[in-house]
Amino acid sequence: MRYSTALALAFSMLVGLPTASVAGSEDIVVEDAWSRASIGINRPGAAYMTLRNTGTDTVTLLGLETPLAMMPDIHETKTDANGVSSMGPVGEITIPAGESVALEPGGMHAMLMRLQTKMVEGETFPLTLTFADGGTLTVDVPILGIAARGPEG
Amino acid sequence: MSRRTLLTYGVAAISVVAFTLFIGWWRVDGPGAPEPAAQRPLPLTQMDFQMTDQGGATVGPASLLGNPSMVFFGFTYCPDVCPTTLSDISGWLDDLGDDVADMNVVFITVDPERDSVAAMAEYVSYFHPAIQGWSGTLEETERAAAGFRASYAKVATEGDDYTMNHTASVFLFDAEGQFASTIDYHEPREFAVPKIRRVLARAEEETS
Ligand SMILES: [Cu+2]
Repeated sequence: MRYSTALALAFSMLVGLPTASVAGSEDIVVEDAWSRASIGINRPGAAYMTLRNTGTDTVTLLGLETPLAMMPDIHETKTDANGVSSMGPVGEITIPAGESVALEPGGMHAMLMRLQTKMVEGETFPLTLTFADGGTLTVDVPILGIAARGPEG
Repeated sequence: MSRRTLLTYGVAAISVVAFTLFIGWWRVDGPGAPEPAAQRPLPLTQMDFQMTDQGGATVGPASLLGNPSMVFFGFTYCPDVCPTTLSDISGWLDDLGDDVADMNVVFITVDPERDSVAAMAEYVSYFHPAIQGWSGTLEETERAAAGFRASYAKVATEGDDYTMNHTASVFLFDAEGQFASTIDYHEPREFAVPKIRRVLARAEEETS
């Protein structure tokens, strides 16, 4: 593993703490967050992670915010019986108590539209998750290489 | 009717249902499922289109004859499926090592308005060096997709932007240009690599 990637991964473990006095979203743990470097800023980026609900209440993720992209949104890729892939917004995501929801290649992704800066391998960017109970959680997402296949690169 | 007869009829009836279900599965989803002719790519020798590769050379289906080929469609503004497919293929090629040295591996853009030759060249440079990137005019792109029985469509997104829906399967052809098989998106590597090996082995048999 390259030093910069190790640094980025170590940094990603210092996930932000949720805001106080909310019901449920403080029990969300984000694991294995990663994204791919971009070529310039014209193409949209994508980020992936696992959202684990360690609490006893269902938690609903409403949306995303990040200084990296003007229009972040949760998307889902679908492949039909003819092998044709399409993607579109999923709206909100519910994470039942004790369960995990994975954002992974070919499934759901944090779609980062209108990048404000280039995504550079080895760096990280903050991504804020907004929940229905009013809580927010900011995660530092490591940026891996363009050809990365998962959180390990 | 005696209890015994009833039981016999019952077992027979269940067997018939089970057998019918099995036959149905075999024909529709199982090994007996026919490859729908309309969706099977034409042989490369019957395709007709012209594109430019990442090095600026004029290429077409005939450029692929003589070696086995792996061809797939996508676009470089695709944040999820395309980089995943390109990195999966890079992984398969790494697994196959020298065995795959002569294989043609081609990524054809369905979005030539944004994917110029230069854009394709830069994009493919981040993946396995065997992967070529072909770009053509809108008309040639249509002709190529028609030959592979691939489909694609421009879809408007928020903020005056667009994305492309497209066939995400990878098509395998033998050295003569005959269609060999498809690797579907999401197919695990345990299936993909042996499929490629089979096409390579066939190429070897034909030349020896
Ligand atoms: Cu998307």
